[in-house]
Amino acid sequence: MNAADWTAVRLTAQLAGLSTVLLLLLGTPLAWWLARTRSAVKPLAASLVAMPLVLPPSVLGFYLLLLMGPQGPVGQATQALGLGRLPFSFAGLVVASVLYSMPFVVQPLQQAFEAIPERALEAAATLRAGPLDRFLTVALPLARPGFLTAAVLGFAHTVGEFGVVLMIGGNIPGETRVLSVAVYEHVEATDFASAHRLAAGMVGFALLVLVALYALNRRRGANALAATP
Amino acid sequence: MIEATLRLPRRDFALDVALRLPASGVSVLFGPSGCGKTTVLRALAGLERAAGRVVVDGEVWQDDARGVFLPPHRRPLGYVIQEAALFPHLDVAANLAYGRRRSADRDRIALDDVVDLLGIGPLMARRPATLSGGERQRVAIARALATGPRLLLMDEPLAALDAVRKAEILPYLERLHRALALPVVLVTHALDEAARLADHLVLLQAGRVQAAGPLAELLAQPDLPLSRLDEAGVVIEAEVAEHDAAYGLTRIGFAGGGLWLGQAGAAVGERVRARVLARDVSVARQAPVDSSVLNVLPVRLEALHSDRSTALLRLVVADTGVAAPDAGAVRLLARITRRSLETLALQPGEPLFAQIKGVALM
Repeated sequence: MNAADWTAVRLTAQLAGLSTVLLLLLGTPLAWWLARTRSAVKPLAASLVAMPLVLPPSVLGFYLLLLMGPQGPVGQATQALGLGRLPFSFAGLVVASVLYSMPFVVQPLQQAFEAIPERALEAAATLRAGPLDRFLTVALPLARPGFLTAAVLGFAHTVGEFGVVLMIGGNIPGETRVLSVAVYEHVEATDFASAHRLAAGMVGFALLVLVALYALNRRRGANALAATP
Repeated sequence: MIEATLRLPRRDFALDVALRLPASGVSVLFGPSGCGKTTVLRALAGLERAAGRVVVDGEVWQDDARGVFLPPHRRPLGYVIQEAALFPHLDVAANLAYGRRRSADRDRIALDDVVDLLGIGPLMARRPATLSGGERQRVAIARALATGPRLLLMDEPLAALDAVRKAEILPYLERLHRALALPVVLVTHALDEAARLADHLVLLQAGRVQAAGPLAELLAQPDLPLSRLDEAGVVIEAEVAEHDAAYGLTRIGFAGGGLWLGQAGAAVGERVRARVLARDVSVARQAPVDSSVLNVLPVRLEALHSDRSTALLRLVVADTGVAAPDAGAVRLLARITRRSLETLALQPGEPLFAQIKGVALM
């Protein structure tokens, strides 16, 4: 592997890591709200979060490009704030990745929060724990398996994205040229050996992550069974 | 004194109750499922937002007229529900510590006393998933007590347990009742639990209070729906008077008389609560001679209530023929057939003999 490929690996890890942290920070309150609310806008909010699951990445990328471009509202805001333009930058890639991977983080978290029995939170309330205290000391620990799933899926999905990256980020080495794009470029250049090295690595990585996740889930399932009286 | 007026519209009925419960002892909210008793308890805890007012020992927990509503975590109470609801991610010790650490009132009660009272010392390092149903419920009660609450609310604490586990928990509940000067409000739909644990009884029906008062008084009222239950009967507060080891019998004594029953474990002088079911009591005009029934008490017929085939008699035990027995006098209920009632032409006020076939200590 040449230096450019290693740069792509490092960049991909940075993008996925940063996106995962942001996804968990944004996704947790959103998932908690979705899990607990009886608001009439819940179906709409849940649908918006799930949109990336059904839309072609190019559609999402296209609209993000318009929004974040020099004439778009987001683009004008970032320029007014002196942040520059987001398209074709690492920051723009992070924003796009967070939106694109949101359902993979919010949905497992929402399911984990929904599985927490109301009576556990009520018990905490009658034991003098206020709302934030209850969330931190009861809801978060009980939803821990959901956090693991969410983080793994969020990270892996960000590593695996291609269409949105190409639309928003382009192919700037060290800035937006992530692994999936690098593979594409090698193939375009008919450098199949280089493409193989990266592609096989990613297949191995994806397999490893998924096997670990399913194994964890199975063990948890067995535990849950043992816990039933 | 616990005073509450609560109103809350529900799908099948409108909850509308005014309660005045004594500041000590166990008050039982009794009624069929769906009568609103759990909702009342949840509203007392602040888990349910009913309209009205809740004042406990002079402390205002809720007063809509003045815009006061303490959220549950600011009310000094303990709350125990059917399913225990222990935190599965914490061991028993950490479950106990959870509320205790957060409570400003924790010094009202020593943790060791709570642990001893409920016999959970050996369980401290265990996870809830490894405990039996009865153990879990004991830990849940201990966890609530460890906060040093001023009021303990219990919602069917025994309903999820089988008979064996129930028998395991009941003595702890009774000890709790005797050992701590802590008012308890307990919800149940089982009359035997109410008869065993209650000092004060509130009958709820479709969201309203049907009757409320001291347990013995309410159980002895032949015109309440309670008396139509098959297990209708009275409770008698008594003292163990003597044991007859030769025949395996125990005599309990109370103002105006005494009763023999199968040998009990309690020591002479100990206070006990006995239950006499209406179906185990019959009456006669003359003192029975050559009868196999050990327990015959002179009584006076106080009130009667009959329906198509049966009649329920309220009898006041009158050893000395007191003219106007006070409210503390021991009363019995007797269920007889309407035919017997009419054949004997029983009239309120007349002296009779009650023959009692069954007495159970609780």
